[in-house]
Amino acid sequence: MATLKAVTTTEGTPPFSFSAEGLAECKRLIARYPEGRSKSALLPILHVAQSENDGWLSVNAMDAVAQVLGIQHIEVYEVASFYSMYNLRPVGRHHLEVCRTSPCMIRGSDDIIAYIEKKLNIHVGETTKDGMFTLKGVECLGSCGTAPMLQCGAKYHENLTPEKVDALLEQLRNEPRNNYTDR
Amino acid sequence: MGRKLLLEHDNKPGIQGLGGYRANGGYRSVEKALKTMSPDAVLEEVKKSGLRGRGGAGFPTGLKWSFMAKPPGVPRYLVVNADESEPGTFKDRYLMERIPHILIEGMITSSFALGANVSYIYIRGEYFYVYRILERAIEEARAAGWLGKNILGSGFDHDIHVQIGAGAYICGEETALLESLEGKRGNPRIKPPFPAVKGLYDCPTVVNNVETIAAVVPIINDGGEEYAKIGIGKSTGTKLISAGGNIKKPGVYEIELGITCEEFLNSDEWCGGVEGRALKAVVPGGSSVPIIPAELYFKTAKFEQRLMTYESLSDGGFASGSMLGSGGFYAYNDAQCIVRSTWNHTRFYHHESCGQCSPCREGTGWMEKILYRLEHGQGRTDDIDLLWDIQKRIEGNTICPLGDAAAWPVASAIRHFRDEFEYHATHPTKVKDPKHFEKEPFKRVSRPMAV
Repeated sequence: MATLKAVTTTEGTPPFSFSAEGLAECKRLIARYPEGRSKSALLPILHVAQSENDGWLSVNAMDAVAQVLGIQHIEVYEVASFYSMYNLRPVGRHHLEVCRTSPCMIRGSDDIIAYIEKKLNIHVGETTKDGMFTLKGVECLGSCGTAPMLQCGAKYHENLTPEKVDALLEQLRNEPRNNYTDR
Repeated sequence: MGRKLLLEHDNKPGIQGLGGYRANGGYRSVEKALKTMSPDAVLEEVKKSGLRGRGGAGFPTGLKWSFMAKPPGVPRYLVVNADESEPGTFKDRYLMERIPHILIEGMITSSFALGANVSYIYIRGEYFYVYRILERAIEEARAAGWLGKNILGSGFDHDIHVQIGAGAYICGEETALLESLEGKRGNPRIKPPFPAVKGLYDCPTVVNNVETIAAVVPIINDGGEEYAKIGIGKSTGTKLISAGGNIKKPGVYEIELGITCEEFLNSDEWCGGVEGRALKAVVPGGSSVPIIPAELYFKTAKFEQRLMTYESLSDGGFASGSMLGSGGFYAYNDAQCIVRSTWNHTRFYHHESCGQCSPCREGTGWMEKILYRLEHGQGRTDDIDLLWDIQKRIEGNTICPLGDAAAWPVASAIRHFRDEFEYHATHPTKVKDPKHFEKEPFKRVSRPMAV
């Protein structure tokens, strides 16, 4: 899979500001760390920003995070680009993250990925034309006993079969975006 | 039936909540420690128990705790490593999801011994739903007075916070975890100084795995000596094993250390045997430990019964043994291809390398490319020696153990399954079908015990 390029400009991307609930959540997260150590809240706050920005981190969103924490923009960019759960380019409404590491592979994750690719007519790393689904191959999600599996937002969908995938895709078509931060 | 210390009440109703947990004897260790013991007495029990780190390295926990520096006026921290990302391992997720309060209880008792007033749980980002479970459990514990100021009137203050990661295997390495907890990239630090001297926010810190901290609960309740009665030699107590791969009953099992490997794999109490076909190979402790062929899983090179202990699984060194590691057990049946699996493992390490050290950053990528071409019918016989050469140059030449973890699966695959690699180089058309061993298992031409 080719490495997909991050969007590194604000040009053509919508502005971003945290919602009132989002800001309250940021404050709650910052309070977990000692005085002067608020940068520790960077990872959880990036998750909040991603959820409020249609599932990806635009430069505008990252700059807003820097402002909330009072840190340099680069301190946010370097962290956002390190961790695999932050999307640095737009994704579909539903981000299907299929685990493909050995224990899942042994139990048929290759077949599940091929099935989803065929069904949605996209390859791993791509988004459907209607913007509904993005398919991503990810490394071990700690669900090896219930493999093959995929993650969509905070939810794990385990012991997958083609029938289960069909039902899941149908169900997701009628659902709003699933975010990691969903309660 | 073996004894269960962590999962004893696994199926009790309401065990996820404080009420159900308390009704099954929860938080007794906190009462006992804070009301009747000194911090040093708690440490002494942990030392006596022989408990070893359950995250993979198996370092004695009591010894690790005793390294904690205690400069006056400087805060100390306990950080729980819940970044469980080792392929094949899902025991911590199971424990935190089902019985979150056992972790919180263990953290309070352990922090009392360490003199830490604040502790953190660092949980991997993908476990977001478990993070919510932990947040709720911490709230419950705080509301009931198990956390906060002057717990049980003992004068001991403690609070617990949970931090969510964002997808990086490397953050399971303790110094990378601390960097990440400080809001930075997960680049491992150069040691020394060790976290016990300079850890979180440059303060003395102990980092322990979820299961290790949970094991402190039965150790304090029943005494270290009682805990040490379970097991064999230096492998004391019980261990959670995450069982997956081609077995009949995948899942998380608590075993008494010392049961035979054969019993674990074939007994209906545990894995229930191999699914459908013959057993080909086993990874007994997470993807980083050496893969071993079936016969070496059951018996050591000395033809002794292999046991589920730290010592027995590593008997024979890397020539014929493996490691207990994190307890991420997975079995391969004879439809599986070792080259494909090794390519898969190497892609994982390449993806997860933080990029600080050249041997790991570059070497994992080279190995992935070479294994890809072997598996896809584009390889050459001398690729095998090239792979061997690269893995040898990664091992031991990096800041953190990720380099070793990337090298060992490749080395062990070549050591035990060299003929299968050669087959890939000499039968390019056959291996182009991704399921090349499904109809006809690979027939091994030789069974080398060591290279």
